[in-house]
Amino acid sequence: MAEFSLPANSKVRKDGRVFKAPPGAKNVRVFKIYRFDPEAAENPRMDSYELDMDACGPMVLDALIKIKNEVDSTLSFRRSCREGICGSCAMNIDGKNGLACVSACADVKHDIKIYPLPHMPVIKDLVPDLTNFYAQYASIKPWLQTRTPAPPDGERLQSKEDQEKVDRPSACILCACCSTSCPSYWWNSDRYLGPAALLAAYRWIVDSRDEAAGERLDYLEDPFRLYRCHTIMNCTEACPKDLNPAKAIGEIKQMLLHRRH
Amino acid sequence: MSLRSPMGRVLGLGSAKDGTAHWWAQRVSAVALIPLTLWFAISLLTLPALDYGTVRLWLSAPLNTLLGVLLVAVLTYHSYLGIVVVIEDYVHSAGSKLLSLLLLRFLHVLVGGAGIFAILRVAFGS
Repeated sequence: MAEFSLPANSKVRKDGRVFKAPPGAKNVRVFKIYRFDPEAAENPRMDSYELDMDACGPMVLDALIKIKNEVDSTLSFRRSCREGICGSCAMNIDGKNGLACVSACADVKHDIKIYPLPHMPVIKDLVPDLTNFYAQYASIKPWLQTRTPAPPDGERLQSKEDQEKVDRPSACILCACCSTSCPSYWWNSDRYLGPAALLAAYRWIVDSRDEAAGERLDYLEDPFRLYRCHTIMNCTEACPKDLNPAKAIGEIKQMLLHRRH
Repeated sequence: MSLRSPMGRVLGLGSAKDGTAHWWAQRVSAVALIPLTLWFAISLLTLPALDYGTVRLWLSAPLNTLLGVLLVAVLTYHSYLGIVVVIEDYVHSAGSKLLSLLLLRFLHVLVGGAGIFAILRVAFGS
Protein backbone atom coordinates (compact mmCIF):
# COMPACT_ATOMS: atom_id res chain seq x y z
CA MET A 1 0.00 0.00 0.00
CA ALA A 2 0.94 3.61 -0.35
CA GLU A 3 2.40 4.97 2.85
CA PHE A 4 0.07 7.40 4.58
CA SER A 5 2.12 7.73 7.74
CA LEU A 6 5.85 8.01 8.26
CA PRO A 7 7.88 4.89 9.05
CA ALA A 8 8.80 4.63 12.76
CA ASN A 9 12.40 5.75 12.19
CA SER A 10 11.28 8.83 10.19
CA LYS A 11 8.80 10.25 12.72
CA VAL A 12 9.82 13.78 13.60
CA ARG A 13 10.63 14.43 17.26
CA LYS A 14 9.30 17.74 18.54
CA ASP A 15 11.97 18.10 21.27
CA GLY A 16 14.61 19.69 19.06
CA ARG A 17 17.29 22.08 20.25
CA VAL A 18 16.50 25.79 20.65
CA PHE A 19 19.02 28.47 19.73
CA LYS A 20 18.10 31.78 21.39
CA ALA A 21 18.48 35.14 19.70
CA PRO A 22 21.47 37.24 20.80
CA PRO A 23 20.59 39.56 23.72
CA GLY A 24 19.40 42.98 22.59
CA ALA A 25 17.95 41.72 19.30
CA LYS A 26 14.81 43.71 18.48
CA ASN A 27 13.51 42.10 15.30
CA VAL A 28 13.49 38.40 16.14
CA ARG A 29 12.04 35.66 13.95
CA VAL A 30 11.93 31.94 14.63
CA PHE A 31 13.08 29.38 12.05
CA LYS A 32 12.01 25.79 12.74
CA ILE A 33 14.18 23.53 10.67
CA TYR A 34 14.04 19.79 10.00
CA ARG A 35 17.23 18.13 11.17
CA PHE A 36 18.36 14.61 10.39
CA ASP A 37 21.84 13.27 10.98
CA PRO A 38 22.44 9.90 9.27
CA GLU A 39 25.36 9.19 11.60
CA ALA A 40 23.33 9.59 14.77
CA ALA A 41 21.07 6.66 15.54
CA GLU A 42 18.05 8.86 16.24
CA ASN A 43 14.90 10.12 14.58
CA PRO A 44 14.73 13.47 12.80
CA ARG A 45 13.84 16.49 14.95
CA MET A 46 12.81 20.13 14.55
CA ASP A 47 15.42 22.63 15.77
CA SER A 48 14.43 26.25 16.49
CA TYR A 49 16.69 29.12 15.55
CA GLU A 50 15.88 32.65 16.70
CA LEU A 51 17.50 35.17 14.37
CA ASP A 52 17.90 38.93 14.64
CA MET A 53 16.42 39.94 11.28
CA ASP A 54 18.04 43.39 11.54
CA ALA A 55 21.34 41.61 10.99
CA CYS A 56 20.13 39.17 8.32
CA GLY A 57 19.35 39.34 4.62
CA PRO A 58 15.70 39.23 3.45
CA MET A 59 15.54 35.79 1.87
CA VAL A 60 15.13 32.39 3.52
CA LEU A 61 18.50 31.38 2.05
CA ASP A 62 20.12 34.38 3.75
CA ALA A 63 18.75 33.13 7.05
CA LEU A 64 20.00 29.59 6.43
CA ILE A 65 23.48 30.86 5.54
CA LYS A 66 23.49 33.06 8.65
CA ILE A 67 22.55 30.06 10.80
CA LYS A 68 25.28 27.93 9.24
CA ASN A 69 27.92 30.68 9.53
CA GLU A 70 27.08 32.12 12.94
CA VAL A 71 24.80 29.81 14.92
CA ASP A 72 25.05 26.13 14.05
CA SER A 73 27.57 24.93 11.48
CA THR A 74 26.14 21.38 11.52
CA LEU A 75 23.11 22.46 9.44
CA SER A 76 23.30 21.04 5.90
CA PHE A 77 21.57 22.38 2.79
CA ARG A 78 22.35 22.80 -0.90
CA ARG A 79 22.79 26.24 -2.40
CA SER A 80 24.77 27.88 -5.14
CA CYS A 81 23.61 30.79 -7.32
CA ARG A 82 21.38 32.63 -4.77
CA GLU A 83 19.29 34.04 -7.64
CA GLY A 84 16.85 31.30 -8.65
CA ILE A 85 18.69 29.88 -11.64
CA CYS A 86 20.59 26.85 -10.28
CA GLY A 87 17.72 25.08 -8.51
CA SER A 88 19.94 23.82 -5.67
CA CYS A 89 18.12 25.33 -2.69
CA ALA A 90 14.71 23.78 -3.41
CA MET A 91 13.02 22.92 -0.12
CA ASN A 92 9.65 22.98 1.60
CA ILE A 93 9.18 26.42 3.16
CA ASP A 94 6.02 27.17 5.16
CA GLY A 95 4.35 24.11 3.61
CA LYS A 96 5.14 25.03 0.01
CA ASN A 97 7.94 23.84 -2.22
CA GLY A 98 10.15 26.66 -3.44
CA LEU A 99 13.64 28.02 -3.77
CA ALA A 100 15.01 29.42 -0.50
CA CYS A 101 16.96 32.09 -2.40
CA VAL A 102 13.88 33.69 -3.97
CA SER A 103 11.51 33.18 -1.00
CA ALA A 104 11.28 36.23 1.22
CA CYS A 105 11.09 35.67 4.98
CA ALA A 106 8.61 38.56 5.14
CA ASP A 107 6.10 36.56 3.06
CA VAL A 108 5.68 34.11 5.96
CA LYS A 109 3.71 35.70 8.79
CA HIS A 110 4.35 33.11 11.53
CA ASP A 111 7.35 30.96 12.51
CA ILE A 112 9.16 29.85 9.35
CA LYS A 113 9.10 26.06 9.10
CA ILE A 114 11.58 24.52 6.70
CA TYR A 115 11.57 20.87 5.61
CA PRO A 116 13.41 19.04 2.84
CA LEU A 117 11.46 18.37 -0.40
CA PRO A 118 8.55 16.07 0.50
CA HIS A 119 8.59 12.29 0.18
CA MET A 120 12.22 11.98 -0.89
CA PRO A 121 14.90 9.99 0.94
CA VAL A 122 16.81 12.44 3.14
CA ILE A 123 20.60 12.36 3.04
CA LYS A 124 21.05 14.96 5.79
CA ASP A 125 18.91 17.83 7.11
CA LEU A 126 17.54 19.70 4.04
CA VAL A 127 19.46 17.61 1.49
CA PRO A 128 17.24 15.08 -0.33
CA ASP A 129 18.48 12.20 -2.47
CA LEU A 130 17.59 13.15 -6.07
CA THR A 131 19.25 10.15 -7.77
CA ASN A 132 15.97 8.73 -9.08
CA PHE A 133 14.76 12.18 -10.18
CA TYR A 134 17.91 12.76 -12.25
CA ALA A 135 17.78 9.24 -13.73
CA GLN A 136 14.18 9.90 -14.80
CA TYR A 137 15.29 13.11 -16.49
CA ALA A 138 18.15 11.31 -18.27
CA SER A 139 15.76 8.54 -19.36
CA ILE A 140 13.75 10.87 -21.62
CA LYS A 141 16.96 11.54 -23.63
CA PRO A 142 17.10 15.30 -23.13
CA TRP A 143 19.12 16.03 -26.23
CA LEU A 144 18.47 16.69 -29.92
CA GLN A 145 17.91 13.49 -31.93
CA THR A 146 17.89 13.70 -35.70
CA ARG A 147 18.28 11.57 -38.83
CA THR A 148 18.93 14.54 -41.10
CA PRO A 149 22.63 15.45 -40.90
CA ALA A 150 23.35 18.99 -39.72
CA PRO A 151 23.98 21.49 -42.55
CA PRO A 152 27.71 21.42 -43.34
CA ASP A 153 28.02 25.18 -43.21
CA GLY A 154 26.02 26.16 -40.13
CA GLU A 155 23.60 25.35 -37.39
CA ARG A 156 20.14 23.75 -37.71
CA LEU A 157 17.73 26.60 -38.36
CA GLN A 158 14.54 27.20 -36.45
CA SER A 159 11.84 29.79 -37.06
CA LYS A 160 11.09 32.36 -34.40
CA GLU A 161 7.63 30.83 -33.81
CA ASP A 162 9.12 27.36 -33.38
CA GLN A 163 11.72 28.67 -30.96
CA GLU A 164 8.96 30.25 -28.90
CA LYS A 165 7.41 26.79 -28.35
CA VAL A 166 10.53 25.62 -26.50
CA ASP A 167 11.36 28.93 -24.83
CA ARG A 168 9.32 28.40 -21.67
CA PRO A 169 9.82 24.66 -21.11
CA SER A 170 13.57 25.16 -21.63
CA ALA A 171 13.59 27.48 -18.62
CA CYS A 172 13.17 24.51 -16.27
CA ILE A 173 16.04 24.41 -13.76
CA LEU A 174 15.37 20.85 -12.52
CA CYS A 175 14.92 21.99 -8.91
CA ALA A 176 12.37 19.15 -8.33
CA CYS A 177 9.84 21.48 -6.63
CA CYS A 178 7.12 20.28 -9.02
CA SER A 179 7.71 16.53 -8.92
CA THR A 180 8.03 16.43 -5.14
CA SER A 181 4.79 18.41 -4.71
CA CYS A 182 2.83 15.84 -6.74
CA PRO A 183 0.89 13.24 -4.71
CA SER A 184 0.98 10.88 -7.67
CA TYR A 185 4.79 11.17 -7.66
CA TRP A 186 4.85 10.53 -3.90
CA TRP A 187 3.00 7.21 -4.28
CA ASN A 188 4.56 6.02 -7.56
CA SER A 189 7.87 7.77 -8.18
CA ASP A 190 9.41 4.38 -8.99
CA ARG A 191 7.27 4.19 -12.15
CA TYR A 192 5.72 7.63 -12.77
CA LEU A 193 8.24 9.99 -14.41
CA GLY A 194 6.87 13.08 -12.67
CA PRO A 195 6.14 16.58 -14.03
CA ALA A 196 9.77 17.72 -14.37
CA ALA A 197 10.84 14.82 -16.61
CA LEU A 198 7.58 15.02 -18.59
CA LEU A 199 8.00 18.77 -19.14
CA ALA A 200 11.51 18.07 -20.41
CA ALA A 201 10.17 15.34 -22.71
CA TYR A 202 7.58 17.81 -24.03
CA ARG A 203 10.31 20.37 -24.65
CA TRP A 204 12.04 17.95 -27.07
CA ILE A 205 8.83 16.62 -28.63
CA VAL A 206 7.78 20.12 -29.74
CA ASP A 207 11.28 21.17 -30.81
CA SER A 208 11.03 21.66 -34.60
CA ARG A 209 14.63 20.47 -35.08
CA ASP A 210 14.11 17.16 -33.26
CA GLU A 211 13.13 14.14 -35.36
CA ALA A 212 12.43 11.61 -32.60
CA ALA A 213 8.97 12.74 -31.43
CA GLY A 214 7.52 9.31 -32.25
CA GLU A 215 10.13 7.41 -30.24
CA ARG A 216 9.75 9.88 -27.39
CA LEU A 217 5.97 9.35 -27.33
CA ASP A 218 6.50 5.57 -27.51
CA TYR A 219 8.66 5.80 -24.41
CA LEU A 220 6.04 7.82 -22.52
CA GLU A 221 2.93 5.87 -23.54
CA ASP A 222 2.51 3.85 -20.40
CA PRO A 223 -0.14 3.71 -17.65
CA PHE A 224 2.51 4.68 -15.10
CA ARG A 225 5.22 6.72 -16.83
CA LEU A 226 2.74 9.31 -18.14
CA TYR A 227 -0.81 8.44 -17.14
CA ARG A 228 -0.21 8.55 -13.38
CA CYS A 229 -0.71 12.29 -13.92
CA HIS A 230 -4.24 12.96 -12.68
CA THR A 231 -4.12 16.70 -13.45
CA ILE A 232 -3.76 17.65 -9.78
CA MET A 233 -1.75 20.72 -10.92
CA ASN A 234 0.39 21.01 -7.77
CA CYS A 235 3.35 21.05 -10.19
CA THR A 236 2.26 24.27 -11.86
CA GLU A 237 1.40 25.77 -8.47
CA ALA A 238 4.85 24.89 -7.09
CA CYS A 239 7.09 25.90 -10.00
CA PRO A 240 9.35 28.78 -8.89
CA LYS A 241 9.98 29.64 -12.55
CA ASP A 242 6.24 29.99 -13.30
CA LEU A 243 6.32 27.17 -15.84
CA ASN A 244 3.32 24.96 -16.57
CA PRO A 245 4.23 21.25 -16.47
CA ALA A 246 0.53 20.28 -16.10
CA LYS A 247 -0.27 21.89 -19.45
CA ALA A 248 2.72 20.20 -21.11
CA ILE A 249 1.56 16.81 -19.81
CA GLY A 250 -1.96 17.52 -21.09
CA GLU A 251 -0.54 18.31 -24.51
CA ILE A 252 1.50 15.08 -24.53
CA LYS A 253 -1.73 13.17 -23.81
CA GLN A 254 -3.41 14.97 -26.70
CA MET A 255 -0.54 14.11 -29.05
CA LEU A 256 -0.86 10.44 -28.07
CA LEU A 257 -4.57 10.61 -28.85
CA HIS A 258 -3.94 12.49 -32.07
CA ARG A 259 -1.63 9.84 -33.47
CA ARG A 260 -4.21 7.09 -33.08
CA HIS A 261 -7.35 8.92 -34.23
CA MET B 1 19.10 -3.90 -1.29
CA SER B 2 19.91 -3.98 -4.98
CA LEU B 3 22.91 -2.74 -6.89
CA ARG B 4 20.89 -2.16 -10.05
CA SER B 5 21.73 1.27 -11.52
CA PRO B 6 19.28 4.18 -11.11
CA MET B 7 18.82 4.28 -14.90
CA GLY B 8 18.15 0.53 -14.96
CA ARG B 9 15.46 1.03 -12.34
CA VAL B 10 13.79 3.89 -14.24
CA LEU B 11 13.78 2.01 -17.56
CA GLY B 12 12.35 -0.99 -15.71
CA LEU B 13 10.26 -3.32 -17.85
CA GLY B 14 9.85 -0.71 -20.58
CA SER B 15 6.73 1.03 -21.85
CA ALA B 16 3.45 -0.88 -21.79
CA LYS B 17 2.48 1.08 -24.99
CA ASP B 18 -0.88 1.51 -23.32
CA GLY B 19 -2.85 3.95 -21.24
CA THR B 20 -4.15 6.21 -23.99
CA ALA B 21 -7.17 3.97 -24.65
CA HIS B 22 -8.04 3.93 -20.95
CA TRP B 23 -7.57 7.69 -20.65
CA TRP B 24 -9.74 8.35 -23.69
CA ALA B 25 -12.45 5.89 -22.62
CA GLN B 26 -12.65 7.61 -19.24
CA ARG B 27 -13.25 10.96 -20.92
CA VAL B 28 -15.70 9.64 -23.51
CA SER B 29 -17.77 7.93 -20.80
CA ALA B 30 -17.66 11.09 -18.68
CA VAL B 31 -19.01 13.15 -21.57
CA ALA B 32 -21.71 10.54 -22.26
CA LEU B 33 -22.78 10.66 -18.62
CA ILE B 34 -23.59 14.38 -18.76
CA PRO B 35 -26.74 14.06 -20.93
CA LEU B 36 -27.64 10.67 -19.42
CA THR B 37 -27.62 11.86 -15.79
CA LEU B 38 -29.37 15.11 -16.76
CA TRP B 39 -32.07 13.13 -18.57
CA PHE B 40 -32.45 10.79 -15.59
CA ALA B 41 -32.65 13.53 -12.95
CA ILE B 42 -34.97 15.81 -14.92
CA SER B 43 -37.24 12.90 -15.89
CA LEU B 44 -37.66 11.74 -12.31
CA LEU B 45 -38.18 15.28 -11.00
CA THR B 46 -40.87 16.01 -13.57
CA LEU B 47 -42.84 12.81 -12.96
CA PRO B 48 -46.25 13.55 -11.41
CA ALA B 49 -45.57 11.02 -8.62
CA LEU B 50 -42.76 8.68 -7.61
CA ASP B 51 -44.79 5.57 -6.80
CA TYR B 52 -43.98 2.23 -8.46
CA GLY B 53 -46.85 2.40 -10.96
CA THR B 54 -45.91 5.83 -12.32
CA VAL B 55 -42.19 5.09 -12.57
CA ARG B 56 -42.89 1.74 -14.18
CA LEU B 57 -45.10 3.35 -16.77
CA TRP B 58 -42.41 5.94 -17.47
CA LEU B 59 -39.61 3.36 -17.66
CA SER B 60 -41.52 1.07 -20.00
CA ALA B 61 -41.55 3.70 -22.76
CA PRO B 62 -38.98 2.36 -25.29
CA LEU B 63 -36.73 5.43 -25.28
CA ASN B 64 -36.65 5.54 -21.45
CA THR B 65 -35.82 1.85 -21.21
CA LEU B 66 -32.97 2.28 -23.67
CA LEU B 67 -31.56 5.37 -21.96
CA GLY B 68 -31.93 3.71 -18.53
CA VAL B 69 -29.92 0.69 -19.67
CA LEU B 70 -27.31 2.97 -21.23
CA LEU B 71 -27.06 5.05 -18.04
CA VAL B 72 -26.36 1.99 -15.88
CA ALA B 73 -23.91 0.55 -18.42
CA VAL B 74 -21.91 3.76 -18.93
CA LEU B 75 -21.99 4.60 -15.21
CA THR B 76 -20.57 1.23 -14.13
CA TYR B 77 -18.02 1.31 -16.97
CA HIS B 78 -16.88 4.79 -15.94
CA SER B 79 -16.75 3.77 -12.30
CA TYR B 80 -14.67 0.71 -13.20
CA LEU B 81 -12.19 2.81 -15.20
CA GLY B 82 -11.81 5.21 -12.28
CA ILE B 83 -11.45 2.61 -9.56
CA VAL B 84 -8.73 0.78 -11.54
CA VAL B 85 -6.63 3.95 -11.37
CA VAL B 86 -7.20 4.23 -7.63
CA ILE B 87 -6.04 0.64 -7.10
CA GLU B 88 -2.98 1.16 -9.32
CA ASP B 89 -2.18 4.36 -7.41
CA TYR B 90 -2.36 3.00 -3.90
CA VAL B 91 -2.05 -0.80 -3.89
CA HIS B 92 1.53 -1.76 -4.59
CA SER B 93 1.98 -5.41 -3.67
CA ALA B 94 1.45 -7.54 -6.77
CA GLY B 95 -0.82 -10.09 -5.09
CA SER B 96 -3.33 -7.74 -3.48
CA LYS B 97 -3.30 -5.51 -6.58
CA LEU B 98 -4.26 -8.41 -8.84
CA LEU B 99 -6.88 -9.64 -6.38
CA SER B 100 -8.52 -6.23 -5.94
CA LEU B 101 -8.53 -5.54 -9.70
CA LEU B 102 -10.17 -8.92 -10.27
CA LEU B 103 -12.77 -8.49 -7.51
CA LEU B 104 -13.64 -4.95 -8.59
CA ARG B 105 -14.05 -6.04 -12.19
CA PHE B 106 -16.44 -8.81 -11.11
CA LEU B 107 -18.27 -6.42 -8.79
CA HIS B 108 -18.81 -3.86 -11.55
CA VAL B 109 -20.08 -6.47 -14.01
CA LEU B 110 -22.37 -7.80 -11.27
CA VAL B 111 -23.73 -4.37 -10.30
CA GLY B 112 -24.10 -3.26 -13.93
CA GLY B 113 -25.72 -6.56 -14.92
CA ALA B 114 -28.12 -6.43 -11.96
CA GLY B 115 -29.08 -2.82 -12.75
CA ILE B 116 -29.76 -3.55 -16.41
CA PHE B 117 -31.65 -6.72 -15.52
CA ALA B 118 -33.80 -4.77 -13.05
CA ILE B 119 -34.63 -2.06 -15.58
CA LEU B 120 -35.61 -4.61 -18.22
CA ARG B 121 -37.67 -6.58 -15.77
CA VAL B 122 -39.53 -3.49 -14.58
CA ALA B 123 -39.97 -2.21 -18.14
CA PHE B 124 -41.18 -5.47 -19.61
CA GLY B 125 -43.19 -6.19 -16.47
CA SER B 126 -42.71 -9.91 -15.93
